[in-house]
Amino acid sequence: MASLLEVEGLRAYYGQTQALHDVSFSLEAGGITTLLGANGAGKTTTLRAICNMVHTEGSIRLDGTPINGRATEAVVRLGVGHVPEGRGTFTNLSVDENLRVAAYTRRDKAATERDREMVYEYFPILKARLTQQAGTLSGGEQQMLAISRALMGAPRLMLLDEPSFGLAPLIVQEIFRIMRRINGEAKVSMLLVEQNAALALELADHAYVLETGRIVMSGKAADVKNDESIRKSYLGY
Amino acid sequence: MEQLIQQIASGLANGAIYACLALALVMIFVSTDHINFAQGEMAMFSAYICWQLMQWGLNFWIALPVVALISFLIGVSIERIILRPLHNAPVLSIVVVFIGLLAIFHSLAGGIWGHTIKDFPSPFPKVTFAGSGYIGPHQIGMIVVTLVLLLALFAFFRFTPLGLAMRAAAQNPTSARLAGVRVDWMLALGWGLAAAIGAVAGSLVAPAVYLEPNMMASILLYGFAGALVGGISSPGGAVAGGFIVGVLENLIAYFGNLLEKSSGLYIVGNGEKLTVALVIVITVLTLKPSGLFGHVTVKRV
Amino acid sequence: MATTTTANGVAAETPRRAFVRAWWIWAALAILALLPFIGGKTGLISNYGFLQLSLMIVYAIAVLGLILLTGFNGQISLGHGAFFAVGAYTAAVLIDQANWPYWATLPVAAIMCFIVGYVFGLPALRLDGHYLALATFALAVAVPQFLKYRHFEWFTNGVQGINIFKPDPPFGLPVSSDQWMYLIVLATAAVMFWLAHNLLDSRTGRAMMAIRDHSMAASTMGINVAHYKTVVFGISALYTGVAGALHAIIFEFVAPDSFRFELSIAILVGAVVGGIASLPGAVIGGVFVQVIEKYADALTKKISAAVHLPLDLEPWTIYGIALILLMYIMPMGIAGGAAQLWRRIRGS
Repeated sequence: MASLLEVEGLRAYYGQTQALHDVSFSLEAGGITTLLGANGAGKTTTLRAICNMVHTEGSIRLDGTPINGRATEAVVRLGVGHVPEGRGTFTNLSVDENLRVAAYTRRDKAATERDREMVYEYFPILKARLTQQAGTLSGGEQQMLAISRALMGAPRLMLLDEPSFGLAPLIVQEIFRIMRRINGEAKVSMLLVEQNAALALELADHAYVLETGRIVMSGKAADVKNDESIRKSYLGY
Repeated sequence: MEQLIQQIASGLANGAIYACLALALVMIFVSTDHINFAQGEMAMFSAYICWQLMQWGLNFWIALPVVALISFLIGVSIERIILRPLHNAPVLSIVVVFIGLLAIFHSLAGGIWGHTIKDFPSPFPKVTFAGSGYIGPHQIGMIVVTLVLLLALFAFFRFTPLGLAMRAAAQNPTSARLAGVRVDWMLALGWGLAAAIGAVAGSLVAPAVYLEPNMMASILLYGFAGALVGGISSPGGAVAGGFIVGVLENLIAYFGNLLEKSSGLYIVGNGEKLTVALVIVITVLTLKPSGLFGHVTVKRV
Repeated sequence: MATTTTANGVAAETPRRAFVRAWWIWAALAILALLPFIGGKTGLISNYGFLQLSLMIVYAIAVLGLILLTGFNGQISLGHGAFFAVGAYTAAVLIDQANWPYWATLPVAAIMCFIVGYVFGLPALRLDGHYLALATFALAVAVPQFLKYRHFEWFTNGVQGINIFKPDPPFGLPVSSDQWMYLIVLATAAVMFWLAHNLLDSRTGRAMMAIRDHSMAASTMGINVAHYKTVVFGISALYTGVAGALHAIIFEFVAPDSFRFELSIAILVGAVVGGIASLPGAVIGGVFVQVIEKYADALTKKISAAVHLPLDLEPWTIYGIALILLMYIMPMGIAGGAAQLWRRIRGS
């Protein structure tokens, strides 16, 4: 059976600069996989490459279907929800409008309504701030909104780019808790990019480590977490 | 006093047209960061199409939506075929393309229909009513139709999913793509809508200023002034700006004439309206480029 | 012969050497200057022909003004017709009202236009790209009305315009008025192009281009961006203004409606077609503007007839299509395209 996401020989470019060199990995349906590495290792680039937001070569398959080269919005419509670096909030739209845009491509009104309720259940604060301009939300609230926007697209796979960035530890813990719930209850597989390796390893099933655009390590998250030598040499703690 | 009210009323009527043009300009600017220098000529061309449809027997109120639709399609085509491939080109290239479009629409109108002034009858009945000393039926018609159009657009953008998607695409194209919105088509739709709005404006103003290829050149300048005054990044602001410029230009001419009558001193009058518009444009651009209701964009290094 | 060294130690050419090296420019100039004496006498080129040549050179100077501002300094102008008008009216008014000799009006027109350009450049400092295009567009549209302003009528003569006369050749030279003006225009152009070349080759020129390429980086390198931008605006207006003055003298007439928006567009088109950042491009552009103005009508009628269109094809439609195609195929104009071709031939 094909994995949910299969990446083979992925090369990515920013203009003339090559940022990813022959990256290959796969992700099984139902799990949470994390991409770790230092700044500039290529983690964000990998997520962007999956959504064709940068120039790529190589093979990317979603549930067996090749998706490399397709327009970003086409990849999204196939069931990929991308929570981007910096949250990507529509700052001049209200919270409600942010959520409505995210459901733009969906036809099933009833299912969309159910997903709305699900979002309110995970993040009640969003329901309270429904008519507020999204740009005025706090960092943590905007992160919740970003995750919710991805959820409203009914994705099979969620890509999360540094959700902990710039947030207080308590908020981060809450968000990660909810992410685990989403993974379990809504059955959304996740590919998580994180600078905060400890946090990511707590959450994830499987881990890959990137260094200057190449995968240098791969293993079960639990193994990586418990192996001090691996942690020290690849993750620095 | 009566004359003053007349001037204000006529200023509002003109302002309605400027508001439409300003709105069309802002729609394209907000979504593509381009200023459509050809907007006036496109509107003029659409007015000619409307006239032609009427020559072929169509009633104005049937011709108008048809022209709007045709102009919509022309606008979408221009964005998709001519502008899209150049979206990474330097600003000068884009400006030159707009000038090229300006030249094409201007001369095509002359080439197809000739340069003599055409009679474009007003679709509004010539009735007298209370207050018709101050404002004519066509002028009221211009204001009413404009307001209806603007209301419809507002409702479209505020309440429909497509309108919301277009707003999102204009504000944050990357995030819009991540929501599955086909941003490229949203831009094309924006162009189409702008062209359609211009068509309505052109068809409304033609009976008042006579249909000929040079019709829209100065009106476009007033439209620019309106968009700048209101805020070139704010659709609502642009509309307000259009009305403000319309009334303002008439008031300045009115008071100029008054000054001349009373003291013999002539500073400005009816012949200086374009210069006044120029001064408005330069002043706003220099002192407050974001206009009354717009917001300033931060320049990224 | 004394040599100077550049920063990287390579011996630089002295200005004199470079001067002499451009022998082919000298040759071309010599031939052009001799034309009235050989061509005129043998009847090869009529007076009318010399008039056409003069106009081509005049427009070349006008286009050069725009190129200095837009191609070499990155400031877009859709309103250079305004400066052309100021120069033209300065010359016409001085000749008509104050009885000045034609040649004395040129420096005055130059100074007037420099001031006007500099003053316009001040608010323009805040504007970039589309906004500057918009401001200059507004300027271009407002020019005719501005020239008709009641309080200017005592010297502009309002809508009727001003009539002046071409000068007679001095010292009893055996050339016609048209030929003499041709020589004047040629000499002026030679001097102005030479000055422009020196300007661009100097530190000022490099600063100009640095500002064009990345003004924020330029200012962090210590370049006084505001100073350069306004001065270049003034210089650019000066050039186009002198062209306007020459045009007024040759054409013998100025009126507000001679300086409509179309003029600004024509100058821009000349610059873009010729080569927006190229001195030879200005020459090509000037020729283009005059040729189009003269022959566009005839040309489009021929095309119309050949293609059996159900409409009266007008020159500006071809203009517009050509402009758009040019942006796709040859954004650097004919000069740019030729340079590319030359490099390819050289390279292979």
